[in-house]
Amino acid sequence: MGTVIKVGMADLKTANAPDILTTLGLGSCIGLTMYDPVTKIGGLVHYMLPDSTKLKNNNNIAKFGDTGIRELLKQVLAAGASQRRLVSKIAGGACMFQVSGTSTVGNVGARNAEAAKEILKELRIPLIAEDTGLNYGRTVELDCSNGDYIIKAVGKTIKVI
Amino acid sequence: MGEFTLDAVNEMYMDVLREIGNIGAGNATTAIAKMLDMKIDMKVPKVELMDASQLGSAICPEDETIVGIFLEVTNDITGSMMFLLKMDAAHYLVEKLMGMMVSPDGSFSEMELSAMKEIGNIIAGSYLSALSNLTNLTILPSVPYISVDMAAAILSVPAIQFGQYGDNALLIETEFGDDVMIDGYFILMPEQDSYAKILASLGIQM
Repeated sequence: MGTVIKVGMADLKTANAPDILTTLGLGSCIGLTMYDPVTKIGGLVHYMLPDSTKLKNNNNIAKFGDTGIRELLKQVLAAGASQRRLVSKIAGGACMFQVSGTSTVGNVGARNAEAAKEILKELRIPLIAEDTGLNYGRTVELDCSNGDYIIKAVGKTIKVI
Repeated sequence: MGEFTLDAVNEMYMDVLREIGNIGAGNATTAIAKMLDMKIDMKVPKVELMDASQLGSAICPEDETIVGIFLEVTNDITGSMMFLLKMDAAHYLVEKLMGMMVSPDGSFSEMELSAMKEIGNIIAGSYLSALSNLTNLTILPSVPYISVDMAAAILSVPAIQFGQYGDNALLIETEFGDDVMIDGYFILMPEQDSYAKILASLGIQM
């Protein structure tokens, strides 16, 4: 049994098998994983907003999809993963309150998920599974021994993607 | 006038925000007391400035289930606000209001959820009307939205709202009750230009 390593909000970490990377209670944020099935090196970024270029105050790279995903790639490669073997999974991007209109609260989850897809495409990393949207929070775990992404939600059965 | 961010607040702003927190929470507590027809005491609210990414664990462990009530506000001030309660506090208030025991498994029925929404509506509404009276600004709340879910998931909403402007968030904690004391949490999320309006209306130069 590996160590469980916690990734906070606006945070990213990498780990090797048999460790587990977890983030608790993803809401509208995205928990994006990268995993190399041969070296069994994995990474998880928990970002809050899609795009750092929309803000002046953008020093925290793990807070944004565009900078956070690129930094995660850099770190999993530095840890020994191979870019051509990397695969990605995403979870989160919920809309916690079904507000009417087009406010940030209503659509930031969807925009966050969209950003993941665009950036992964650009980086040529295949997105092989996702569990996004809807209106509930998710606790996620990336099991570095096999790349399973385990998703837990209040009152729902555990899902593995 | 520069752009206001919570990353550069000084002691005076904090005092003003604390005072708004105080008056708002006082008003809200009075409203609950009236609604439940009981005498309620309250302690001085705590106003805490923190890193927005820490909000998820500010009230309780990130994966503990809590109740969040969310309202949008428009007119002179635009933005949103949240009122948060832990499950035991939410159950207690619903039981007081409805005069019956909540389902023992801890989940809420549709009727209890709508009672909870109403409690949140009254609390948030009286908070906003205190702010409105204090500043002479018109503040119109939307209908309340409710979510019963993991703390970090609910708090990701204000974390993201604050995160759009800077790294800091403001959390107001109140404690009220009769024989049992309950913790309630307010989070005010004015749009950036509304901060300036609130402060200017109180005679504070930015």
